[in-house]
Amino acid sequence: MLQFILKRLGLAVLVAFTVSFISFSLLFLSGDPAAALAGETASGEDIEAVRRLYGFDRPMLVQYAEWLTAALRGDFGESYYFRLPVSSLIAERLSVTMTLGVCGITFALLTAVPLGVVAAIRPNSLVDRIALFVSVAGQAMPSFWFGLILIVVFAIQLGWLPPSGTASWEHFIMPTIVLGYYAMPAIMRLTRAGMLDVLSSDYIRTARAKGANERRVLFRHALRNAIIPVVSLAAVQMGFMLGGSIVVESIFALHGAGYLAWESIARNDLPTVQALILIFSMFYIVFTFLADVLNAWLDPRMRTG
Amino acid sequence: MADVTSHDRLLDEITGPTPGQMLRKRVFGHQGLLIGLAVVVLLTLVAIFAPLLAPHDPYAQSLMTRMEPPVFMGGTWEHPLGTDHLGRDYLSRLIYGARVSLLIGAVAALISGLIGTAMGVAAGYFGGKVDAVVTFLINVRLAMPVVLVALAVVAILGGSLEVVIVVLGLLLWDRFAVVMRASTMQVRRREYVAAAQVIGASTPRILLSEIMPNIANNLIVVVTLEMAHAILLEAALSFLGLGVQPPTPSWGLMVSEGKNMMLFEPWLVLIPGAVLFVLVLAINLMGDGLRDVTAPENRS
Amino acid sequence: MSEPLLDVRNLTLDIPTGSGTLHAVRGIDFDLKRGETLCIVGESGSGKSLTSLALMGLLGKGIKRSADRMTFDGTELTTASTRRMRALRGDRMAMIFQEPMTSLNPAYTIGDQLVEALLLHRKVSRQAARARAVELLEKVGITAAESRLSQYPHQLSGGLRQRVMIAMALMCEPELIIADEPTTALDVTIQAQILRLLYDLGREMNMAMILITHDLGVVARVADKVAVMYAGELVETGPVGDIFNAPSHPYTRGLLRCIPLPGKTARGSQLGTIPGIVPSLVGEVEGCVFRTRCPHAVMECRGAIPKRQDGEHAFRCIFPDGKRHSEKELTA
Repeated sequence: MLQFILKRLGLAVLVAFTVSFISFSLLFLSGDPAAALAGETASGEDIEAVRRLYGFDRPMLVQYAEWLTAALRGDFGESYYFRLPVSSLIAERLSVTMTLGVCGITFALLTAVPLGVVAAIRPNSLVDRIALFVSVAGQAMPSFWFGLILIVVFAIQLGWLPPSGTASWEHFIMPTIVLGYYAMPAIMRLTRAGMLDVLSSDYIRTARAKGANERRVLFRHALRNAIIPVVSLAAVQMGFMLGGSIVVESIFALHGAGYLAWESIARNDLPTVQALILIFSMFYIVFTFLADVLNAWLDPRMRTG
Repeated sequence: MADVTSHDRLLDEITGPTPGQMLRKRVFGHQGLLIGLAVVVLLTLVAIFAPLLAPHDPYAQSLMTRMEPPVFMGGTWEHPLGTDHLGRDYLSRLIYGARVSLLIGAVAALISGLIGTAMGVAAGYFGGKVDAVVTFLINVRLAMPVVLVALAVVAILGGSLEVVIVVLGLLLWDRFAVVMRASTMQVRRREYVAAAQVIGASTPRILLSEIMPNIANNLIVVVTLEMAHAILLEAALSFLGLGVQPPTPSWGLMVSEGKNMMLFEPWLVLIPGAVLFVLVLAINLMGDGLRDVTAPENRS
Repeated sequence: MSEPLLDVRNLTLDIPTGSGTLHAVRGIDFDLKRGETLCIVGESGSGKSLTSLALMGLLGKGIKRSADRMTFDGTELTTASTRRMRALRGDRMAMIFQEPMTSLNPAYTIGDQLVEALLLHRKVSRQAARARAVELLEKVGITAAESRLSQYPHQLSGGLRQRVMIAMALMCEPELIIADEPTTALDVTIQAQILRLLYDLGREMNMAMILITHDLGVVARVADKVAVMYAGELVETGPVGDIFNAPSHPYTRGLLRCIPLPGKTARGSQLGTIPGIVPSLVGEVEGCVFRTRCPHAVMECRGAIPKRQDGEHAFRCIFPDGKRHSEKELTA
């Protein structure tokens, strides 16, 4: 187990470094970052001045090393647009995104797991068909469109919910549904498939032969095993959701990290964009690492192996 | 062996229908696949024959006839789905929008399919170090937030159709690599691959004539899924104003342009979004159906 | 004669399929007294496992079960409520399955699973249940029983897992134990040990046992009664001596010729085979099902087949003696 964790941790660190390098090199994608920064109207001298000021005249690897060591200390440089430290800008916005992410994954799990379980217990029943429909529709639903429809119906027509902002918990309801619905289909499908698989296994027959009642068979014997892969998937989805929060936050004007990313990209504020890509990647890496560890712990074959 | 008739009956049961008959039966018995296929074919024809089908020039503005409602909301047949804020015919823009979506979906899936399949097959077939490197690259790719990276890169390079296609193509290869790697690993252990190796077939020959035909069905399924994925992503990027740029008739862009008038003219948002939803749904149904039909034992 | 513990009359199992109803088990009768061992033999797909699952009430949802009578110690099982069946299962009737590798839940320790079997039916403390588990693990020949309780199934070999399954079935001291090919998945050397263990425990606890097997060597050693199944029918049933000494149904004789008997089979002689394959059971099944493979088959075999009863020994054949002394079979 310990060996597995260490190996997995090593991989996570390696992936993190590679990702950091990629997000750093985005700066050079445009060709000349100094020219981009100085603006379209800048003269050749202005660009040279910017180049020296930001150190763009040094070798790329040197710049990367400098950026990375600073980033490891939590210093991502200064935003071109706000003229403020990127780290404090992001720190300010991250809580909104995290709240949204946690609410979203909770919503997804609370709807997907029960639906998947019921669908697996009664294949081809009405519930199964509804579950299938909900998941197939969810995979095809453009989340920006779904969000707008919710706004039209619940904020404009019915007036039940506020259309945008972060002032109260009610502001988070629609964004949570949109983000959660994005993660839900995959979780539901995996729960259903896992339960179907487990329910036809020999050890479930053993449990029934012992005289266990259906509830005990389903929850203690079946779900306990079927849920293991769902845990991993939920962590992966959580990582994807934080990355996808950019769309949801822009629709509902939630001023979180995703919204900041959208603004910063539109403003060509590269230090902020770099930092955000790196941070969102780190979340994904940490989540999947934790999920793998949790997974190994939940599965006795890995825990004791 | 006295009873001849029962032997005849038995023989029928043993021989049964041919694989081709069985496949045909499964295809025509699969509603989802048929519906998905029909919609995709229909929309592809619409995209191809857009100039013949569109009643108006999708770019022609007419400030006198701005935001006319669709025919079912009291509009006229001159503009069956009404006009947008610049007076452009909505139906025509919708029809041309099918071109953008399908083109992006197809070409992005082609690019990412080539990259991902090459990586996945190499990893699955050669194993060892090759596999380690590919697995690592997949991990790195999965860690990068797709929407964010795509937005940033498209913003830096400028949002043209070509840039969006290439960026999506370079970003969406992960699922191809994952699935092709797993399928190749399975196939590689089969006896017929060993047999080909024993008779001295070259590696490219084995990959092409032994491995590829046996993982092709999985590949087709991933192609459909990634096409749908690319189409949705393009729409999202364009919706955020950082994908395909106006005045190109992209469905995501149409939703974005209609957003500001959503309060009074909700159909400006509803129609392009619904068409997008239907196309992606149809492609997904087709993909799920293909998986069920080609590998019924793997249906989930 | 005492009342039989288990009494089954005209048990029929139908499975609806896409191309018609599969008559998997058709009208079988047998009974079993306390302490007796019944061996059900027959080839794969003959309906042995389905029959045992039907007794336990563990059939899949699609399978239709009907019987004139199916009583366990006076309780009619076909009409018993699910609650009543659940109370019987694991307590008074227990089952051991074919696949020890997959029959234990991978998520729980051996101890948890053994203890559960007792706690589901008895109001005893966990400590008492654990003590019982240790006692039974020792009884089934597992060393260091105490420390095994905290182990997981994947840490045990197949043979050990099957011993655990046996211990689990015995937790409540059942009156009937059904073992469905308990040794087919195990190494040959382990097979004999497990069977010996089952047999000894059965005798010791005065349990009735149904042992499903296709190993006639085993049958000869442990059975009191034998039931021979072919394609969903009981073609012959009777005391073990009758079956081995006077096999009356051509299929039973065919099966017996397939195994070498020490002392009886001549060195270098050929073992028998039964040519042909089992007919489909989808749709109406009429007449003798074995007629497509029987060397004595005649036109009349398509009609109704009488049941021929001689005391406890019974078989179904158009010929009164089942052509027991036919020369034809020896050359088949």
